[in-house]
Amino acid sequence: MKLKKIGAPLAVLTAAALSLTACAANEGAAPATTPAGGSGPGAPSTAAASSLSGTLAGRGSSAMSVAQQTWIAGFQAANSGVTINYSPDGSGAGRESFTSGAVDYAGSDRAFKDEEMGAGKFGACTADSNALNLPVYISPIAIIFNVEGVDKLQLDADTVAGIFSGKITNWNDPAIAATNAGVTFPDSPITAVHRSDDSGTTENFTDYLAQAAPSVWTEEADGEWPAAFGGESAQGTAGVVDAVTGGTNTIGYADASQAGDLGIVVVKSGDAFVGPTAEDAAKLVDNSPVVEGRGEHDYALELDRKAEGAYPIALVAYAMVCEDYKDDAKAELVKAYMEYMISDEGQKAAQAAAGNAPISADMQAKLQAAVESIS
Amino acid sequence: MNKQVQAPHERAAHSDLIPAKPRVGDKVFTGLSTGSGVAILVILAAVAAFLLLRALPALTASADDIAAGGYTSNLAWLDGFWGWVLPLAFGTIWAALGALALAVPVSIGIALFISHYAPRRLAQTLGYVIDLLAAVPSVVYGLWGFFVLAPALGGLHRWLTTYLGWFPLFSGQASGTGRTIFTASIVLAVMILPIITSLCREVFLQTPKLHEEASLALGATRWEMIRMAVFPFARAGIVSAIMLGLGRALGETMAVAMILSGQNRISFEVLTAQNPNTIAANIALSFPEAYDLKINQLIASGLVLFIITLAVNMFARWIVSRRAAFSGAN
Amino acid sequence: MSTATLTPKRSASPSNSLTAGQLPAWTTPVVGAASLAVGFLAAWLLTGEIGLGLGVALSALVFLVVMHVASLTIEGGRRATDRLAKHLVVGMFLLALLPLVSVSLTALTNGINRLDPTFFSTSMRNIVGAGGGAAHAIWGTLIITGVAMAISVPIGLLTAVYLAEYGQGKPLARSITFFVDVMTGIPSIVAGLFAYALFGVLFGIGTVNGMGGAVALSVLMIPVVVRSTEELLRIVPNELREASYALGVPKWKTIMRIVIPTAISGIVAGVILALARIIGETAPLMIAAGFTQSLNTNPTSGAMMTLPVFVYDQYARPGVPREPYWDRAWAGALTLILIVMLLNLVGRLIAKRFAPKTGR
Repeated sequence: MKLKKIGAPLAVLTAAALSLTACAANEGAAPATTPAGGSGPGAPSTAAASSLSGTLAGRGSSAMSVAQQTWIAGFQAANSGVTINYSPDGSGAGRESFTSGAVDYAGSDRAFKDEEMGAGKFGACTADSNALNLPVYISPIAIIFNVEGVDKLQLDADTVAGIFSGKITNWNDPAIAATNAGVTFPDSPITAVHRSDDSGTTENFTDYLAQAAPSVWTEEADGEWPAAFGGESAQGTAGVVDAVTGGTNTIGYADASQAGDLGIVVVKSGDAFVGPTAEDAAKLVDNSPVVEGRGEHDYALELDRKAEGAYPIALVAYAMVCEDYKDDAKAELVKAYMEYMISDEGQKAAQAAAGNAPISADMQAKLQAAVESIS
Repeated sequence: MNKQVQAPHERAAHSDLIPAKPRVGDKVFTGLSTGSGVAILVILAAVAAFLLLRALPALTASADDIAAGGYTSNLAWLDGFWGWVLPLAFGTIWAALGALALAVPVSIGIALFISHYAPRRLAQTLGYVIDLLAAVPSVVYGLWGFFVLAPALGGLHRWLTTYLGWFPLFSGQASGTGRTIFTASIVLAVMILPIITSLCREVFLQTPKLHEEASLALGATRWEMIRMAVFPFARAGIVSAIMLGLGRALGETMAVAMILSGQNRISFEVLTAQNPNTIAANIALSFPEAYDLKINQLIASGLVLFIITLAVNMFARWIVSRRAAFSGAN
Repeated sequence: MSTATLTPKRSASPSNSLTAGQLPAWTTPVVGAASLAVGFLAAWLLTGEIGLGLGVALSALVFLVVMHVASLTIEGGRRATDRLAKHLVVGMFLLALLPLVSVSLTALTNGINRLDPTFFSTSMRNIVGAGGGAAHAIWGTLIITGVAMAISVPIGLLTAVYLAEYGQGKPLARSITFFVDVMTGIPSIVAGLFAYALFGVLFGIGTVNGMGGAVALSVLMIPVVVRSTEELLRIVPNELREASYALGVPKWKTIMRIVIPTAISGIVAGVILALARIIGETAPLMIAAGFTQSLNTNPTSGAMMTLPVFVYDQYARPGVPREPYWDRAWAGALTLILIVMLLNLVGRLIAKRFAPKTGR
C-alpha cells in the first residue's frame, strides 16, 4: 500500500523524465560547435593539448561568471576530455573553498589579504607553496542613469559621492549643473539605487568614492552598502539595472556591459572626463602598483583610483591558484586552463560574451610568466 | 472527504484501552513509525548543533570585535551583534505579519468557497486552480514581483502617501520603484495563500455532516451554519494552517531578496524606499561575499530566525491545546 | 455563540409566501452591472484614465455596499449577513485568481520564446550567448526532488502516524511535535549550509553532489509533510477506527487500510504542496548541489544543476547581449511551473484512486 503509493508518483516522474530526453544533444565525445548567434570562442592555439582529461572545480566571484563560462566553453571545446565546473557562489565562498582545498582554483573580486596568505595555508597546495593572485578579469563599472530629458551627464567624484550618500537629493542641484553646462535638469527627487547584496562591485565603487571624494564620502570602502547613506537597493547587477530602467529619475552603478540603453555618466578623472571604455579601464590596472611583500609571481594590486586618464571605477577580479599543487595532474590542467584564460583568444572571447575589458599586453606577459611557474 | 459513520451515539472507550494481542505487524509498524520520529529528532539535533557551533563565535564576540570584522549595528542604543540582528528580526516579523494579515482572510474565504459555496462539480477543479499558485517557484515570484507587481503598485504608493500620509504606516516619501515592504508582503501573501487554503479546505470538509445538517435544520442561514458548526470544529486546523503559512513567510528567501529594497533599519513606514530587511533575505544577499566573523554572524541570525519560529509555534500550540476538545481524534 | 432568533422576519407585503421578503433573482446581475459602470466611471473621474485595477476595486466596493443595504432593508439582518458573507467569500476567490492569472501570463508570454525542442535536448555545456537549453537542469531537478521525496515522504508519513496514532501524550511525541514545528523555521539557505557541512564531514571537504541537495531539501520538506499529514490523520473520525478494531483488525492494518485512505486526498495534497515548496528552492541547492553547465545524472558524484538555480543564474548573471539569457530564464521558469503542475495532476489522480467513495 505504502510502497505503491510512493512508488507510483516516482514511477510516473521517472517515466516522464525518460520520455523527456535521454541525454543532452550537445554533449558527447565530439566537441560541440557554438551555435549561431553566440559569440563563439575560438579554439585555443594549444590545440595539441587535447590529450588533457580530468575535472577541475572552481568557485567564487559571480561578477566573472559569464567570463568563466566563456573560458570554460572555449577550453572544453578544444579539450573534450576536460570538464570544468565553476560555481559563481561569490568571492567569499570561493576564497574559503580554495583555502580549505575544496576547489582547485578560486575567483575573487579582491586578492587574498596579507594575513590570509602564507605557505601551507591552502588545502590544494603543497606544504611550502603559497597561493597566486592573478588579475585576469577587469570590468569597468558604469554609473547609469535614467532621467527624463537628459542624455549626457558629466560628474566629478564629489558630486557622485553627494548623490549616492543622499546629500544631493534633487536633480536641479547646482553641483550637478556645474559640470553640465547647457543641460536642463528636472526639478524632481533623485532615486539613487545601490546593490542590496554584498558585492565586489559595491566594494570597488565605494573604494573609488572613498579615495576620490574623501571629504563627502566619509565611510570606508566595503562590499556592503553603508546603511547610514540610505537610498534604494536592488539585488545584483541585473536588479540595479532593472530598477534604474523601471524607475524614473534614477541613478545607479553596474557593470558597464549591462548598461544597455541607459545613459552612462562620464566621470572626471584628473582634469579630463573619462567614460567606462575597455582601454581606459585597463589603464587603471597598469597604473596600479603591486602589493608589496608578495611572491615573485603574485599580482595582487593596490588599485590607484586617481591615476591620470584612467577610468577610475573598475572591478578587478583575480583567479587564485597554487604555486605548487599537491596533485600534478591538477597542476597540468590548471596551467593549461589559465594559459587559455589570459591568452588573446581567451580575453577576446570573454570580452565578446561578458563585455569586460581585456588585460593589456604588458599584464598578459607578466601573467604568462606566472602561469608557467605553476607546478 | 470521509465516510460518515452514522453508528454510535455514545463515544466508545479510548482506542488505547481496547486490549488486543500484540502482533508482528503491529510491532514492526510501531517500530517504524517511532523510528522515523526519532530520526527527525536526530536530524534536527544535527542541524541545531551545526547552527550553534557556527553561530557561537558571533554570539560571544564583543562589540569591538564586531565593529572590527563584522556587520555593525546601526542602532544608537544597542551595538554589537544584537544591535545588528534586531532590525533584521523586526523586518522578518513585520513582513510576515503583513503577509498574514493579507493572506488569512483571503485563504479562509477561498477555502469556504471551495468547501461550502462552490457547486460540487466545480469544487475539486477550483481547489486545483488555487493549488497552482503553489506550483510557482519563488524565483518566478521574485521576477513577477519585480517586473509586474512593483511597477503596477507605484500609483497606489504615491496615492497613499499623498492622501493618507497622516497615518503613520503610510508616511514618508513614496518609493520611486514600488519595491517596498508593502509589495513584498503582498507577494509573500500570494505565496502562502495556497498552503493555508489547502489545509483549511481539507479541515472544513471534515466537519461532521451531522453538525452542519443539524444547524441548517434549526433554521440557520449558511453563514450561521459555518460560524457555529464549521469554524469551531476547524479552529485548531485553521491555526495550524496559519502557522505553516507563517513559517513559510518567515523563511522565504529568494522572492524577498529580489523584490525588497531593504536596509538594516527599523521602520514602520511601509511605502518608502528604505525598508527593514528580513533575516532570510539578508543571509542570501550577504552570504556569498561573507567571510570569517561575518559568516558566523549570518548563521547566528539564522539561529535567531529559528528561535522566532519556535516562539510563534509555541504560541500556536498553546492556542490549539486550549481548544483540543474540538479535535476529531480526541 | 449567536443570539439570533429563529423566527423569520416578516415582510411588509407578502404577495407570495414562498419568495416573500427576498431579493428577486435578477438583483445580483443588475446591481453587478450597475456597480461596474459606477466603479469605472468613478475611477475615470478620479484619475482621468481608465484604470483597470482601480475600476474593479471601486466596482466591487459599490456592489458590496449596495447589495448589503438592499438586503438589509428587504430581507433583514440575518439574511443580509449571510449574503454579505457569500459575496465576500466569492470575492476572495476571485481576488486570488488575479495574481495567478498575472503570474501565469507573465511566465507564459516571456517563457514561450525559448520553449522549443532544443531547450529540452541540450545543456549549457560549451554554450555562450544564444542557443543552449536546460536539459541538465531539468534532469537535476527531477533527480534531486525525487531523492528528496524518497527520503522525506516515508519519514514524514510514518512520523505523522506515530504522532497521531501511537504517541498521544507521550513525552517523545510531544518533543517531536515541538521540534517539527522548529524545523519549519529553518531558513532554506541554512538547510543548504547544513547539508554542505554534513557532506564535508562525511565525504571530505567540498563535496557537492545531488545527494547533498536532496538532503538539504529533505530537511525543508519533512516538517511540512509531518505537519499537514498529522493534522489530517487527527481529524479522521474515531468511529472509523473503533469500527475497525471491533471487527478484529489489527492496529497497523487499521491505520494502513482505514485511517490513511480516509485522509489520502489531503495527505497527497500536502505532499504535493511540500514538493512545490522545495522544487523551487534556489539558495540551498546552489550551496549543496553545486553548479555546472553539463549534464550529470549521477546524484552521488559531481555537481548537479537544477532548474531554479538555472533560472536564477540566467536572470542574475547575463552576458551581452542579455536577451538570450533572459529568454532562457523565463523558459526555465515556465518549465518548472509545468513540472509542478504535472506532479500536482498525478498526485490528484493517485489520491482519487485510493480515496474511499464519499458523499462529497
